[in-house]
Amino acid sequence: MNLNDILDSLFPTGHTVSLVNHVITGEAMTAQGKVAVLGTTDAAAIDHAMALALSGFILDTVEKHPGRPLIFMVDTSGQALSRSQELLCLNGSLAHLASCVDLARRQGHRSLSLVTANAVSGGFLSFGLMTDCTYALSDAQVRVMDLRAMSRVTKIAHERLVALAGNSPTFAPGAENYVRMGGIEAIWPAPSAALLERALASVACPPDDRRMQKALERGGRNMAADIAARVQNAKVGT
Amino acid sequence: METLNFRFNSKPAPPAADPALCGVVGSGNLEILIRPGDAPGVCQVRIKTSARGFGEIWQAVVGAFAADHLAGGTMVEINDMGATPAVVSLRLAQVLAEYRGGVQ
Amino acid sequence: MTRSTRKSWFEATARTRIAGLLDAGSFCEIMPPAESQPSPHLAQLDLPGAFDDGVVIGCGQIEKRPVFVAAQEGQFMGGAVGEIHGAKMVGLLRRAVEEKPAAVVLLIDSGGVRLHEANAGLIAISEIMRAVLDARAAGLPVIALVGGSCGAFGGMGIVAKLCSAIVISEEGRLALSGPEVIETVAGVEEFDARDRALVWRVTGGKHRYLMGDCAALVEDDIPAFRAGAAELLAAWREPEPGIAQLRARQKMLEDRLAAYGDFRDGLQVWAALGVAQPETVPSIDRDSLVALKEGLPT
Repeated sequence: MNLNDILDSLFPTGHTVSLVNHVITGEAMTAQGKVAVLGTTDAAAIDHAMALALSGFILDTVEKHPGRPLIFMVDTSGQALSRSQELLCLNGSLAHLASCVDLARRQGHRSLSLVTANAVSGGFLSFGLMTDCTYALSDAQVRVMDLRAMSRVTKIAHERLVALAGNSPTFAPGAENYVRMGGIEAIWPAPSAALLERALASVACPPDDRRMQKALERGGRNMAADIAARVQNAKVGT
Repeated sequence: METLNFRFNSKPAPPAADPALCGVVGSGNLEILIRPGDAPGVCQVRIKTSARGFGEIWQAVVGAFAADHLAGGTMVEINDMGATPAVVSLRLAQVLAEYRGGVQ
Repeated sequence: MTRSTRKSWFEATARTRIAGLLDAGSFCEIMPPAESQPSPHLAQLDLPGAFDDGVVIGCGQIEKRPVFVAAQEGQFMGGAVGEIHGAKMVGLLRRAVEEKPAAVVLLIDSGGVRLHEANAGLIAISEIMRAVLDARAAGLPVIALVGGSCGAFGGMGIVAKLCSAIVISEEGRLALSGPEVIETVAGVEEFDARDRALVWRVTGGKHRYLMGDCAALVEDDIPAFRAGAAELLAAWREPEPGIAQLRARQKMLEDRLAAYGDFRDGLQVWAALGVAQPETVPSIDRDSLVALKEGLPT
């Protein structure tokens, strides 16, 4: 599904969105008023320029339209892989982008992200996973690394990983697994204005990070919530 | 990975207040955690090792340690990433010394 | 100080680093090895785990100031973040928001997500990112120390740059993708991961310090990291999160990209920064480099 079809389905009453260098910025109408629309498309490998285009647009929105919700479209194959990008500290620009999403939330901008096609590691961390709530379309690919590459790096046979992937959501790619692990709130069968309105109405910002509890309820990460709580409550110094 | 369990007779170690840890689970290295066990004259050992098929060597190395040291009344747990017998013996002696050093 | 009297941070274990960083005898570990379990996910893949899952957490003091610390063990699974490892760090940061120590100090030594628990690791890093931002928003400085054999890469490179400040050694490395990954995907012409000197000119501590991405450069020495952390803590006032700071950073990053975006080697950046003899940077000692940076045009 191309970006325009997705935007038409999400915002049937209208959207004005520009696309430059894989980066989406613009606005759209919803039943709850205007929202800012931003993100990436075409499996963008996030580089400094893209990260700064997104962070700049977030800061503009915070300054010019206080409280306007932020709707992120996520389609990223990860981070740009090049020496010149690393030379200028790409992790720093991604951290800056994450800080801008965080600031907007703290200043009362509700936010949600929708994985439209791909969500991979660093690109996903810097904005898709920073919003109040993350959703994914049913055919979205969500992963850190595919199983073949993982097999090469971990030196565990590919067949073995495939077999284990069937019963463990912990390492195998897939949006469903991220739902069970608490990283994605829900999967949408198709982009829909009704689902977007409902999601937008349900988010409160800034909420506590409840992803560990969700993971526990959904049987995806069974230890994280308990361990974090034990660390918080442990008696120290006797 | 292989899990090995042993029980060796050993002269009782003075009971220590706190468990002790030595080493790191890195390539060619291992970590050893020692704490009070359930029988005063026995050193219980549980090993998880990345290398299969070395049970007899483990039995010899840890058995020699239990015979030569006051290690009774302890539970020893090992996570191993292919440490040599020399490294194992060294770490066992280190962790026991640290465990007993904690006695007030 | 001569090299022989140094106590290398790079070579030390996480526990040795903590012991040397904190005031003697002040460390209290939270969830020590005897009270925790190795990762069941590693066991499922037939790999031995570590009792602390590769991160040591607790509280202590630095020159009498109460601090919380988390130290990653680079020798275990490359310091990578799995479910338990990540949850320990998140729990510590949340606890800090309630207890308000003077600071949280993260001894980062990590390649990022632990691939064996990839989804759990990625979400855990996202939770660490938010927990760092929550701690800072609550007025707590979060200081990153980078000088271990695994550096700060992947998601932990992002976490490091979300901290209030970074103390790095010349041996420390800070980046997103590892040179090996770039070489594998983009080719050896793009990045020769075996060219150690090049790797350090692109990701190393001196380069990050000269460019202003790290607040302090210290020797590869445990007491030097302690002194560097203590000096930062003594002077640090955590600013309230606000748009002015982020606007300023946005402009700095945009200007920097416009000026240096085509460069591919630290030597080019250092020359553009005004370093008269950039080729000498890799060989000069720490004190001379700090003096050199302080003398650069602003």
